[in-house]
Order: sequence, then C-alpha cells, then structure tokens
Amino acid sequence: MEAFLHQVLAGLANGAVYASLALALVMIYQSTHHINFAQGEMAMFSTYLAWAMINAGVPYWLAFVSTVLASFVIGVVIERAVIRRVANAPVLTVVVVFIALLVIFNSVAGWIFSYTIKVFPSPFPSQPLFGPYISTHEAGVVGISVLVLTLLYLFFRFTPLGLAMRATAENPVSARLAGIRVGWMLALGWGLAAAIGAVAGMMIASIVYLDPNMLSGVLLYAIAAALLGGIDNPFGAVVGGLAIGVLENLMGAYVVGTELKLTVALAVIIGVLIFRPTGLFGRAFVTRV
Amino acid sequence: MPVLEVSDLHAGYGRSDVLHGLSFSVEDGGITTVLGANGAGKTTLLRALCGLLPVRGSIVLAGTQIAGRPTEAIVRLGVAHVPDGRGTFLNLSTEENLRVGAITRRDRAEVARDFERIYAYFPRLKERRHQQAGTLSGGEQQMLAISRALMLRPRLLLLDEPSFGLAPLVVQDIFRIMRTINAEQKVSMLLVEQNASLALDLANTAYLLETGRVVMSGPAQELRRADNVRQAYLGY
Amino acid sequence: MRGMEADRARWILIAVVVVAACALPFVVSSYRVFQFNLVLVYSIVLIGLNLLTGFNGQISLGHGAFYAIGAYVAAILMHHAGVPYWATVPAAGLTCFVAGCLFGLPALRLHGHYLALATFALGVAMPQILKYQGLEHWTGGVQGIVISKPKPPLGLPLTQDQWLYLFTLAIALLMFWIAWNLLRGRIGRAMVAIRDHPIAAEAMGINVAAVKTLTFGVSALYAGVGGALGAVVVQFVAPDSFVALLSISFLIGIVIGGLASISGAIYGALFIQFVPNIADQISRAAPWAVYGLFLLAFVFLMPTGVAGFLRLAWARLTARRAAAGGPIREPR
Repeated sequence: MEAFLHQVLAGLANGAVYASLALALVMIYQSTHHINFAQGEMAMFSTYLAWAMINAGVPYWLAFVSTVLASFVIGVVIERAVIRRVANAPVLTVVVVFIALLVIFNSVAGWIFSYTIKVFPSPFPSQPLFGPYISTHEAGVVGISVLVLTLLYLFFRFTPLGLAMRATAENPVSARLAGIRVGWMLALGWGLAAAIGAVAGMMIASIVYLDPNMLSGVLLYAIAAALLGGIDNPFGAVVGGLAIGVLENLMGAYVVGTELKLTVALAVIIGVLIFRPTGLFGRAFVTRV
Repeated sequence: MPVLEVSDLHAGYGRSDVLHGLSFSVEDGGITTVLGANGAGKTTLLRALCGLLPVRGSIVLAGTQIAGRPTEAIVRLGVAHVPDGRGTFLNLSTEENLRVGAITRRDRAEVARDFERIYAYFPRLKERRHQQAGTLSGGEQQMLAISRALMLRPRLLLLDEPSFGLAPLVVQDIFRIMRTINAEQKVSMLLVEQNASLALDLANTAYLLETGRVVMSGPAQELRRADNVRQAYLGY
Repeated sequence: MRGMEADRARWILIAVVVVAACALPFVVSSYRVFQFNLVLVYSIVLIGLNLLTGFNGQISLGHGAFYAIGAYVAAILMHHAGVPYWATVPAAGLTCFVAGCLFGLPALRLHGHYLALATFALGVAMPQILKYQGLEHWTGGVQGIVISKPKPPLGLPLTQDQWLYLFTLAIALLMFWIAWNLLRGRIGRAMVAIRDHPIAAEAMGINVAAVKTLTFGVSALYAGVGGALGAVVVQFVAPDSFVALLSISFLIGIVIGGLASISGAIYGALFIQFVPNIADQISRAAPWAVYGLFLLAFVFLMPTGVAGFLRLAWARLTARRAAAGGPIREPR
C-alpha cells in the first residue's frame, strides 16, 4: 500500500510537469489552432540556459527567474520571426515548421552543451516529507506547478492584458475591432507558453537528468494530456496531465515495466479518445454545412 | 462639418473590386444610412472603412487620412464597428465583452460611468452581466455588440445590419435606443441596412448603393419619397 | 488543339524522365545507385502517404510503422521461408493493406490532431513491439535480420546494385501508374470530396467510412511495398531503423514535395534522402540544425511544395510564351 501510494504521488509530480507543458500547448492552440511540436525542445533549451547560469555560479532562484524571462523573449522572437510567416499556410506546412524548430533547438543544444547527460540541481532537499510517501523535492515540483497555474489563472481572469489575450484567442477580428493589437497578443502567447515550458523543463530536469532529448517523451505525454483533457480547455489539460502522470507511473510499476509504458499509456489514451473523440472536457465538434 | 469624408473608394476581395469609386460623407453628430440590395457592397464598405480590407482612395476621419492604416490604429482613432454576425466573444461574460470594448481606454473612472450608462440603456444586459455571452438571445447579443462598440467612446459608430435575424419588436426597441444614444452621446452613426423603411426613419441622410456605386443620395425624407426607392426597397 | 499539344509535352517530359532514370545506374558510382534506389523506395511510400494525407485529408504521423511491417514481412519470408525477394513485395503489400484497413477503422472516429496523435503513437510503438521478446524468434529481437542481396536473373550483365535499382524502378513506375489511375477515377474523386467536404460527400452518396478505410489500407500497402523493397536494398532490418523520426521524415517528404501531387513524391524522396547528407557536410557539429534551416527555407520559398513551385514556374513560362504567340498549356 505504501509503495502504491508512493507511485501515485510520484506520478502526480511528473503529472504536474506534463500539465504545465500541456497548458503551454493549449495556450498556443487556442489562439492559432496549432499544436507546437517544438514546445518540448524549446523548454529543454531553456533548461540548458538555467544549467549554464547555475554552473557559472549564479544562485538557483536568480537563474530560475532569468531563464523564465529569457524564454519569454525567445518565444516572442520565434513568433515574430518564424511563425508569423506561415500564419495562413496549410496546417501540414505549419507542422513542418514546428518540426524544423524542434530539430534546430535539439541540435543547437547538443552542439553548445554536448550530448552527455548532466545533473540538474533541485532547489528542494531530497529528504522525505510527511513520512515515506513523497520527497520534499517531488512536493516542491507539484507546489511550483500549482503556483504557476494559479498565477496564470489570475493573469487571464483579472488583468486587462489577460482579457485581451482571451478575446484575441476567441475572435481575432472582433478583438482587432476593439483596438487590440492582435499580432502582439499572439507573440505574447508564445512568450508565455515558452516561459511556462521553461519552468516545466527545470522541474523535470531535476527529477530525471538533463540531456537534449529529455523532453521528447515528455512532450508526447503533454500532447496526449492536452488532447485527453480537450485541446481547447486549460482546466482539462491540467487534469489530463496529472492523470497521465499517475497512469504512466502505475503502468510502469505494476503492469508492463518501464520499456513498454509509453506505448501502453498512449494506447490507453487513444482508447479513451475513440470513445470520447473530443477529449474528456472538450467541446463537441459542430460542423457547419 | 462631416466627421467622415470618403472619396473615390475602391475595395474588394483578392483581385476583384466590389466598390468602384465610392464618394460620400457622414455628418458629425448625425445618422447616415447606406441602403442597398444584397451584394451591393454594404458590408464590404464598412469593412473597408475600418481597415479590414485593402483599399484605394481617400478616407478622412475628422481631418485625418485613415485609408491604408491598420484596423487597430483606425479603431484607436475612434471608429467602432458593429460587424455583421455581431462578433460577440461567446465564451466571455457579458461584462467581460464590455470590458474588451473599453480595453484601449485609460480613463478608468469614465469607463465605470459608461458601464452605468450602458446598463441604463439596456437593463437586460445588466441582469445578465455575469452570464456567458454565448447564452444570450439574438436581440441581447445585438444590444451587447452595440454596447461593446460604445464602450470605445467612438466618434463614429459603424453599424452593419443591426436588424438582421431579429424579431420586429426587438428591432424597434433597439432602433429607439439607438436614436436616444445618438441624441444624448453625440455619436455619429453610419448605418447599413436592408430594412430600408427602418433605416430611413432613423437617419438624417441616406445614400443608395447599387453594385458598388452610389446611385442616389440626399436627406432621408427625400429618398423615402423617390419612386425607385419606394418600389425597390420599400415595396409600395 | 492546344490541350493535345500540352498533353504531348507532358508525355514527352515523362518519357525523358523515365529514360534518364533507366540510364542513371550506368553512369554513377555504385554507392550513388544505392542512394537513388532508396529514393525510389521512399517515393513509393510518399505516393501512398500522399493518397492518405494529401488527397484524402487524413494525417498520418506513423507511416514508418507500415514501412517497418513491410520490411519485416519481406525479411522474415526470405530468412525463415526462403521465399524469393520478388515474391515478398506483393506479400508485404497485402499484409500492410490488411493492417492499414484494421488501423483505419478506429481511425474513423478520430480527426485532425487526434488522428495525428494516434498514428504517431503507432510509429512510436512499432520499434518497441519489434523488440518484444515473444516475437524474438521471428524478428530477431534487437539484432534484427540480415538478408542477402539478390543476383540479376538470366545472367544479365548487371551489377547487383544496378539490377536491384532497375527492379525497384519498375515497381515504382507501376505504383505511380496505379496511383495516377486511382486518382483519375471515381474513387479518386471520392477521396478528394471527402477531404474537402465530408458532409457534402456523404450527402452525395459516397460511403465515407468505406472510402476512408480503404484509402488507409491502400496507403499502408504502398508503405509496405516500399518497406519490403527497402529491406532488400539495405539487406538488413532492425527495430531501431524504424524509429518515429522515419514517420516524420515521410510527412516532411510529402509537404516539401507537394501535398496532393503525384510527382511531388519524387521531389520529397530526393529531399529526405539527400538533404540530411548535405546538412552533415555543411556542419558536422550540428547537422540537424542545418537540416531544420533547410526545412524552413523550403517552406518559406515554396509554400506549396516543390511540385507546386514548378507548376507555378511552368505556368508563368507558358503565359509568357503565349503572350509572344507561342503554344499555351491548358489550365489544369
């Protein structure tokens, strides 16, 4: 029972990271209807920036904040420089652009920082918290994720800028007619998504190790989480992320072992999607004839 | 002095023009209407005025040339557009929709007063201010669309068929309030309508549009008496 | 008369390309022959994927899985049953047709991104399944299976590479011809109608479910044929040759080559075969970054793919010639 509980709680820690990344995906999806396949690699790259700073002697939290800010800028620049050009392109063209960004970030990270795995420090001590079920570190990961999600919620719910971004995501033409600078809102969305991704990257890197490929699998889980929750629903993305984290851990521990857990987790998700094609909390498709 | 002066305006979609050299003006503080059948270019005209379509020609808003400027800039100069289909943010609440309307304004106290003014004109919106806008009725959404545009404190309000798809009683209600708003708030209005009778009742000046050209213009009462307008648009 | 003239120009162009393709193995080195052989293999896969994604609008990020199935069917038949290489190609195609139809059935419920995820999961899962211990007797596990290169028949004076290239070329031409005929006919129109407007297609009496499932099957068949040929060409199959990146390369191939274009398959195949090598020559340190830049450049410069770009260039050229009084090509 104790081991089971531990698996569930450890799953929640991973799930919190998937949830954050899934939220970043949903944010870009809502305004552009594209899934950013490069989100994971962007986050990985951000994590390397943090690692480089910490390695150079910068205190953890200063490096953390600088990384989040730098990632925000990178996100904005990518939107303005690359994504804007394919705004009206067919969906598969955009997919190829995302793949291009993915391989570029991956390759550049490997080139600058080498492909050898690195230890990424955690700001939290590793001793157990409240008995043997969860380490302070895992609890810290969950706590940071919850904090990020709460801040985002407050931002979107209560600030004029958040409102402008929501309006833009829902109806760009109407937003423009209200005087909102729609182009900047999209860039801002990319910046925010990149910043959230950076937090997720730094959290997961302290659970696993840091290497250029560390987020490819995580991104797949995040996409699955976003789809499972209903791709246009931020709340669903968070629930989906947590559910997948737990599911993955339990599968790995009790059912199929770590080798096949990715496959099985995906199979389960696809099974769910076949019965609920718009995800657990997604809106039903309405097709205009 | 006119608040809006348009001369030799060409606009359209892709390579084909819908508007072929339109010239007209909107009197400051007045209500001007543009009548025309389906496909005459009424919606295109309003979209062109607020920069949603590429244009050739001159559009002068209170002395400022706005042709070719981006929509956001034109809106910030005081042109509010109530688009066809109303453009409601369906997932936002009624109040949030209004806040989006006022999002470019910095005068917070005045915005708060405008909320009260709007709710006085449309008490229904006040009742439903925390409701998701997607759940409002068609008439309520039209009221919301007009209110959202008013929250900008515009000099010029562009209205695209506010009567479309609404019950006659609701339409009368909305048009009555529009007249009040025009009188009290001194907002100039450019109204595009298929319902010629309603539009001519409300407006001071009218233009008749046919296939992208102005074919007739004058005081609304004069156009109402013109034979071709009567037969083609009023049906008697 | 102009239409006929344009048609004739088209056939001449195709004939020239085919003749050049036949002559190729006799003028380049044997390593190049091997590389172009793979281009032919990929082009077969890309037509199949284009039938599904380009013409029918069903996105697949997992065609590498069907390619792997085709390759393993060929390898297992040759290695365990002594079946000759040429006979494994139809067997692989049929196996994949069945697998494709089976996968296409549940895929009917999934759209857009959801289908992309499901197919991608298939692509990710395939290497893991191939490594699965229960199947090791057949698949050879992580080690895979080594197969031998076929000799030219009838004592023809060709090297093994040249013969295999010509064999692949013949099959590729057959597959192109089949796809071309398929798309010209009723089924082709149904496929496109479903992509553009599924509800209208249904209302017109098209059995949408059947056409979509069959398209999935046919598309997988193409991937299977390519996979079998690929296995023979490379003389080796192993799980790690069929990672998710392969599926993504195929998708890149059809987008770069030109969506919903038959000739696009050739350009796409050339891209996925040669651009990684070129990138590697440009930068040893970060070849994939160079590859990514190539991708961006192609997408920005030729948004409708190489095929679309060439079509546009051709149209401009003929328009200019028409203005000068020359022959004109009918708009297609």
